[in-house]
Amino acid sequence: MSLLNIFNQVEISHYIYLSTVLFAIGLFGVLFRRNAIILLMCIELMLNAVNLLFTAFSTYMGDSDGQIFVFFIMVVAAAEAAVGLAILVLVYRNTRKTDVSFLDQLKG
Amino acid sequence: MEVIIIPIIASLVVIAMGKRIPMWLSALFSLLPILLVGKYFQQMGVEGGWKTIFDQPWISDNIRFTVGFDGLTGILLILTNALVPVIILGGIRNDENRVKITALTLFMQGALNGVFMAQDGLMFYIFWELALIPIYFITLTMSGVDAFKITLRFFLYTFIGSLAMLASLIYLFLHTANYSFAFESLRAVELSHTESLFVGGGILLAFLVKIPVLPFHSWQADTYTNTPAAGTMLLSGIMLKMGLYGLLRWFLPLAPESIEFYQPWVIGLSVAGVLYGALIAIRQKDMKRLVAFSSLSHVALIAAGIFTLTDAGLEGSVLQMFVHGINAVGLFLVIEIIERSTGTRILGELGGLAKNNRLFMVFFMLIALGTVAVPFTNGFPGELLLLKSVYTYNHNLALMAGLTIIFCAVYIFRMVQFSMFGEGTGTVAALKWNEILAFGILIVGVIGIGFMPQLIIDIVHNSIVQIGQWVSEARGVMS
Amino acid sequence: MIFLPLMGFVVNGILGKWMPKSLSGWLGTATVLGSFVLAVMNFMELSGGTPEIASINTKLFTFLSVGDFHVDFAFQFDRLSAVMTLIITGIGTLIHMYSIAYMHDDDGLYKFFAYLNLFIFNMLVLVLGSNYLMLFFGWEGVGLCSYLLIGFWYKNVDFGKAARKAFVMNRIGDLGLLMGLFLIYDTYGSFEYQEVFRQVFIGTADSTAVNTAIALLLFIGAMGKSAQIPLYTWLPDAMAGPTPVSALIHAATMVTAGIYLVIRSEAIYALSPFAREIVMWIGLATSIMAALIGLKQNDIKKVLAYSTVSQLGLMFIALGCGAYTAALFHVITHAFFKALLFLGSGSVIHGMHHEQDIREMGGLRKKMPITYLTFLIGTLAITGFPFLSGFFSKDEILVSAFTHNPLVFGLALISAGITGFYMFRMFFVTFHGTYRNHHHPFEKVHESPLLMTLPLLVLAVLSVVGGAVNLPHYLGEGISGGLHHLLSYDGGGKFSPILMYPEHVIELSHTAEIGLLAMAVSVFVIAFLYTRNKYVVKGAVPEADADQQGMGKVLSNKFYVDEAYDVAFVAPLEGASDTLTHYVDEKAIKSAVDGVGKGGFGLSKMLSKIQNGNIEYYLVYMVIGIALLLAFNLF
Repeated sequence: MSLLNIFNQVEISHYIYLSTVLFAIGLFGVLFRRNAIILLMCIELMLNAVNLLFTAFSTYMGDSDGQIFVFFIMVVAAAEAAVGLAILVLVYRNTRKTDVSFLDQLKG
Repeated sequence: MEVIIIPIIASLVVIAMGKRIPMWLSALFSLLPILLVGKYFQQMGVEGGWKTIFDQPWISDNIRFTVGFDGLTGILLILTNALVPVIILGGIRNDENRVKITALTLFMQGALNGVFMAQDGLMFYIFWELALIPIYFITLTMSGVDAFKITLRFFLYTFIGSLAMLASLIYLFLHTANYSFAFESLRAVELSHTESLFVGGGILLAFLVKIPVLPFHSWQADTYTNTPAAGTMLLSGIMLKMGLYGLLRWFLPLAPESIEFYQPWVIGLSVAGVLYGALIAIRQKDMKRLVAFSSLSHVALIAAGIFTLTDAGLEGSVLQMFVHGINAVGLFLVIEIIERSTGTRILGELGGLAKNNRLFMVFFMLIALGTVAVPFTNGFPGELLLLKSVYTYNHNLALMAGLTIIFCAVYIFRMVQFSMFGEGTGTVAALKWNEILAFGILIVGVIGIGFMPQLIIDIVHNSIVQIGQWVSEARGVMS
Repeated sequence: MIFLPLMGFVVNGILGKWMPKSLSGWLGTATVLGSFVLAVMNFMELSGGTPEIASINTKLFTFLSVGDFHVDFAFQFDRLSAVMTLIITGIGTLIHMYSIAYMHDDDGLYKFFAYLNLFIFNMLVLVLGSNYLMLFFGWEGVGLCSYLLIGFWYKNVDFGKAARKAFVMNRIGDLGLLMGLFLIYDTYGSFEYQEVFRQVFIGTADSTAVNTAIALLLFIGAMGKSAQIPLYTWLPDAMAGPTPVSALIHAATMVTAGIYLVIRSEAIYALSPFAREIVMWIGLATSIMAALIGLKQNDIKKVLAYSTVSQLGLMFIALGCGAYTAALFHVITHAFFKALLFLGSGSVIHGMHHEQDIREMGGLRKKMPITYLTFLIGTLAITGFPFLSGFFSKDEILVSAFTHNPLVFGLALISAGITGFYMFRMFFVTFHGTYRNHHHPFEKVHESPLLMTLPLLVLAVLSVVGGAVNLPHYLGEGISGGLHHLLSYDGGGKFSPILMYPEHVIELSHTAEIGLLAMAVSVFVIAFLYTRNKYVVKGAVPEADADQQGMGKVLSNKFYVDEAYDVAFVAPLEGASDTLTHYVDEKAIKSAVDGVGKGGFGLSKMLSKIQNGNIEYYLVYMVIGIALLLAFNLF
């Protein structure tokens, strides 16, 4: 059987469960971790969870639009990671910390 | 179109030339548009509705850059373009702010012309706000500790009113057939009663704040008192007329269904404002403050006249708008000149100014008489028509509003008495050519309109009749 | 005719500064004289022409025309206007002439003549206008001129105050008048006299209440202008102006505008007996009150001022009784002798170098024979010496009062009697006795120049023969009732009579007639003898105001009316103004508005706490937001 069939044999619900779990892991990571690098990784995880869902639905529906979206998201995620890490490096150089709870300079 | 652009270009020229610009040149700039207004009158005439004289697609095909001309617009253009030269000639002190204020005044002239000519709701709104910008900066040049606070209050107050108007205009825009801001399209929108209450209320709020009608007036006195004279003159002479013009031109035609509801309120508040302003003016010591409250009182009567929706009220209001512009600018000019010469404008500290400068005395007296509305001066016919219209609406209210002719005599002559007469030692420096010219223009207005008010009535008659028809049609449908 | 004085005003006002003084004076006089000549010519045309015409109407231009509201700038010269015009321009000419000498050393001479001319112009507009609005024009205009002229010596603060008081009091009346005009327009749809009266006549108004209201409102205007209770206090204060002004404006012409208004509106008053009663009683009260106050005044001009108020009251009594001719008759004769008296007092003041207190005078007849003589004639005329002008006109008023209500007659007679007391008191104290002024030597007191005495003489002659305008019928049918015939002219078939309801000549029985005459004359004689005895024979000098006791004190303080007005109106008004300024405007309205702003700031401060800069919290908010959105969308 071809690889495609394997994908088809797995039910769509499994994909949903998986990506929900991944998304939840990312979400809680974002909410409860303080290290900025981990935060970025968690965001990445959430995005990839969504990507997975997009791909799965795309195959399920037989429509390639979802996969195009995945490419968009990946590009944005890459850009975001690049900018985010760059900011982080600068923050680290200035404060020697990557703990976000100390970064409250934007307080109103 | 040119009348909007020329002053704005002129203001840029003034900025470019900086301190080298002589006053006569800037005055000359400000006089150019009135020639064009004359040309409009000649070409367009005052009959046959609101004629478009310039029309270009702008944001979209249906949101256009449209300016038009008719009698009502014409009168206000004359007023604006005759008073701005007066302000430039007489109202700007020769100090470090001169260039700035001159440029801003010219810019203002363009924006005001735009307000009075705009035939597109969005354009009207934009010019309306555009006119606020120069006056904001002129106001900011005031001295004193509260300068920023006063300016901020003034700006925010009028701005919030304007936003309400914008909301109403957008609501109307969304209900037009072709998504257009054009006056005719906005007017064609049929609103339910509730809708028109909100839409009308929004538009009305902007105008009532600008006029201002009690109780929306608290920005007025402080701003008038502390702003440099040019700003005060612009505000009282012309900007207030934006509100009144707006009532006639935009509020009545766009939301006629709501008039029934607002009429008693506005007239009641206006008549209260008439008395309120007059009473407060009686005891003011600062001449500028006194005239500010007197202005509040006079303008409120105009608003009341408009809302009576009678012929006498509507046409009288236009006449009185014109007249009040002349008189208010005249009084503030008088005060400015006194303050320049003596360094004060507090009534207790002045006196005896009539001794040394007869010519100034004559000018002051004539303008004061115009304000008191003595026959054969310009204040009389308008006040007569307005009181008559209020009388038609309600006899008792007219009696109360009529008290103003007594109070007005009290406070204006009190001002004349304590500044000009008596044994004081102050002197007013001999008037320079520019001041004499400025007064000359005003006096022509005071005496001319006093004898021939019908000239102005004839100019606006057609426009007003049209507006009156729209209103009565809408009211006819309802009842 | 009307625009000559206006021309004089403009020329004098603009060029006067550069003209020699005498020129501007003569120019002013000439314009008024010109008007007078024209008025006489027009009058000839009116009543001498064949066929007689009711009025000459001229429309200049449309003043205002808005919707159904239409007012023309138009004039109407009919018999009533003619009489008024002749008084105004005739006496005006004399007073102008007099002023040339009286004001000759004043710097503002040209200004003075400019104002006087402006006044004559406005007064002519008032009486010649063909509609109520034109009347209102002139009405306000003369008020303005009165203001300008009372405050003519502007360096004096008190004079300025008096001027403002006059203007404001007049304005109160004007408001009433204006409301009356609106009511007229509302009811009859026009301001034109002829149209209004035609409608009144055919009964357009459905009730007399409307007519009563109109009549009363118009009368409020008349109260202000003609100085009746309660608006009379400005007139005595108005004496601050130069004396010729007092003579012209505050005696002969302007103050009679109220009488003119009522006579003009006869058609309306005729329909409202109630309004006429009010007019009569107010006139009566004013007349007596002013006469009483006049008894204790020591300023020569103040005495005359109160006398004017009192005489105006008499005229209103006549109007209230429906005797319009009598009222107009008294206007004419009063114009003659009161102008004479004022000019005479001006001559005294001039001779005494601006001393106005009669206690400082005395024995002046030796130094100023012409003034003395003419003043005597004026005094006799006003007090009703038989067969002088005042005798006839007063008598006619008394007769009309008698036929109307004997009580009114009695009171009016008392008032007329008091006139005798205060006039002779002033006259004797001023001209008889011994000279009492120690600052200003008697030798320096001098008679006035010819330019001033000439008008005095002319007016004296007029005061003597003025009664001829309307002689009572018992002197013979042929020569009597000239004025009566004039006013009763029926319009020659067209609808423009002056009096809608022709008056009947009052025919009393001879006994009653003689009785009335005897009473009037005896009151005169008593007054004459009493005052002569007191001030000439005994040589008494009136007390200074401060030394007055009891009733005298109340009188010399003018019944404390000014003080009462201060307490009742001025103080509350100023209090209201202050309260509004400090409490309502500053505290209530401004702080309400600022409160909105402060509320905004407060809210912003509160909300900014949420923005603590910590990304963790932001993320939590975000998640909560998303959860809420989801929840909202799903359920």
